[in-house]
Amino acid sequence: MKLAIKLAIRNLIGAGLRTWLNVIVLSFSYVVIIWMNGVMIGWEEQAKHDMKNWQIGGGQYWHHTYDPYDPFTITDSHAAIPKEFEDEVARGDMEPILIVQGTIYPQGRMQSIAIKGIRLNQSIFSQPTHKLDTVVEGGIPAIIGAMMARNMNIAKGDYITLRWRDANGTFDATEVIIVDIFASNVPAIEQGQIYIALDKLQEMALLQDHVTILTYRNDKLERSQVEGWTLKTKEILTKSVDDLIKTKSIGLTVFYFILLLLAMLAIFDTMVLSIFRRQKEIGTYIALGYTRKEVVGLFTVEGAMYSILAALVGAVYGLPFLGWQAKVGWSMPIDVSELGMAIAQTLYPVYSFGLVLSTILIVVITTTIVSYWPSRKIAKMNPTEALRGKIQ
Amino acid sequence: MEIIKTTNLTKRFPMGKGEFTALKGIDLTFGKGEFAGLIGPSGSGKTTLLNIVGSLDVPSDGEALVLGNSIGKLNAKQAAKLRKENLGFIFQSYNLLQVHTVYENVEFPLLLLNLSASDRKKMVLDALEWVGLTDKIKSKPPQLSGGECQRVAIARAMVKRPSLVLADEPTANLDAANSHHILKTMEKLNRELQTTFLFATHDDKVINYLRRKIFLLDGKVDKDEVISSN
Repeated sequence: MKLAIKLAIRNLIGAGLRTWLNVIVLSFSYVVIIWMNGVMIGWEEQAKHDMKNWQIGGGQYWHHTYDPYDPFTITDSHAAIPKEFEDEVARGDMEPILIVQGTIYPQGRMQSIAIKGIRLNQSIFSQPTHKLDTVVEGGIPAIIGAMMARNMNIAKGDYITLRWRDANGTFDATEVIIVDIFASNVPAIEQGQIYIALDKLQEMALLQDHVTILTYRNDKLERSQVEGWTLKTKEILTKSVDDLIKTKSIGLTVFYFILLLLAMLAIFDTMVLSIFRRQKEIGTYIALGYTRKEVVGLFTVEGAMYSILAALVGAVYGLPFLGWQAKVGWSMPIDVSELGMAIAQTLYPVYSFGLVLSTILIVVITTTIVSYWPSRKIAKMNPTEALRGKIQ
Repeated sequence: MEIIKTTNLTKRFPMGKGEFTALKGIDLTFGKGEFAGLIGPSGSGKTTLLNIVGSLDVPSDGEALVLGNSIGKLNAKQAAKLRKENLGFIFQSYNLLQVHTVYENVEFPLLLLNLSASDRKKMVLDALEWVGLTDKIKSKPPQLSGGECQRVAIARAMVKRPSLVLADEPTANLDAANSHHILKTMEKLNRELQTTFLFATHDDKVINYLRRKIFLLDGKVDKDEVISSN
């Protein structure tokens, strides 16, 4: 094996430009695969991190009838905070949110929204709820997300008419003033939602002490089911992100496959040509004391060495590139708020040792197989004909 | 001491629907230190015989014993071991490894024998001195003349000091001056190291150097002539 590696290196270096062309193409595959996987991992981490900070905390309890995809459930989805959670809520380690259906009328247009009541001094979410602790004349302080503000042309300081229906079914309306507009990467907490103080919303809806969702901070504690409430762990709540990333990863796998296929075609072509052109050399190896199987091994190692050289060449330009990308990130060429998923405008790739190692292993194994495939022909060669270069 | 002994050696090749018999019951014996040649026109069977003796091919019938090994009974590993340890080859078109230097080409058979780097270096430099190429160790075959390439091939064949060297038309691509030069070199090595040389040739320049001439015709020994003894 040591000798085969030594000879393979001599042969590859001796082959000159042909070797380096293959090596450069293959090294490009390494860098692109690691970079794209890094972007996906970075996106997944960012999405989950943002969801935790803006939407789901360490996990949630939902009122058992609450279904965010069915607006008709919202009217009845509220109840008093269960006794077992009262201490945690008092400590601020669990945050109650009340959701009430409503309508706003920005610039004369009518828009259905979810009114979310949230405590002013909460510290689980990143929404600037302390801004709700403002005394303004002629309106209730409210905050909204930047995506909704942009879509509805609402600016900080704007007064908007808000209409809702209380527990008795009576419609009521008031003016709200937008005291702050926050920007997150989570459309689910911005689009069609307005945040006001929890106690104010409970008063408006005649739902004293009632809440719809309870979000806990600590995701390490084991949580049990509570009657009337449905436990939604962080894993359940981020499943949509996992599914999305999985779907995207399948798409990317196709891309990697095409990229690898191109590189492998180049190597396969080189190996086939090499075996045809180097018949005399193959015959000479056998005459000098190699078995045909050992020559197959030599050519396979030679092919596999492309992937090792490519890893080294890829490291030369790939490491600075990947490091630079991890630092400055990759800015999406389109406005990501339109995509409707938890994705930042700039994605920062995250690379792990496992990612690099698995990429190298995949490329090395694939290259070895692709090199072995045409080399098997050597095992059937007649050495006396190979020596004279007579095999067609 | 018998280096080669063939008994009723026959070799047939498939040809179309039938067979072509290249060797028809050859009986020959070669001893240590012989400088012999198989002489004959194209198709007479000299290269076929050389290939069988070199364990690159196997007999169809009869037996070929090389250094006590029956060629037809060796498996691929045993045949490779015989070539690696005991045989040297010199080819008409040199068959040097083109991307390797002269030094690396000559070193190659020693790498297969797992010798130490210092032993290899000494043996390679000795071999290159025998053929007068110590000033070309860093050159690659494309930078050498035909004569120089064949001298490298001789050095490669001789470097491990084999018992038997098989040379197939070694002068076919060389001019007269170079042919005489390499033949003198091989003759010198044969005398000094007592290595058995077996040529396959129809070149008069080679024939004049041989001390035993075996004329083959249509796969049979036509004449076996010993010019002088060792």
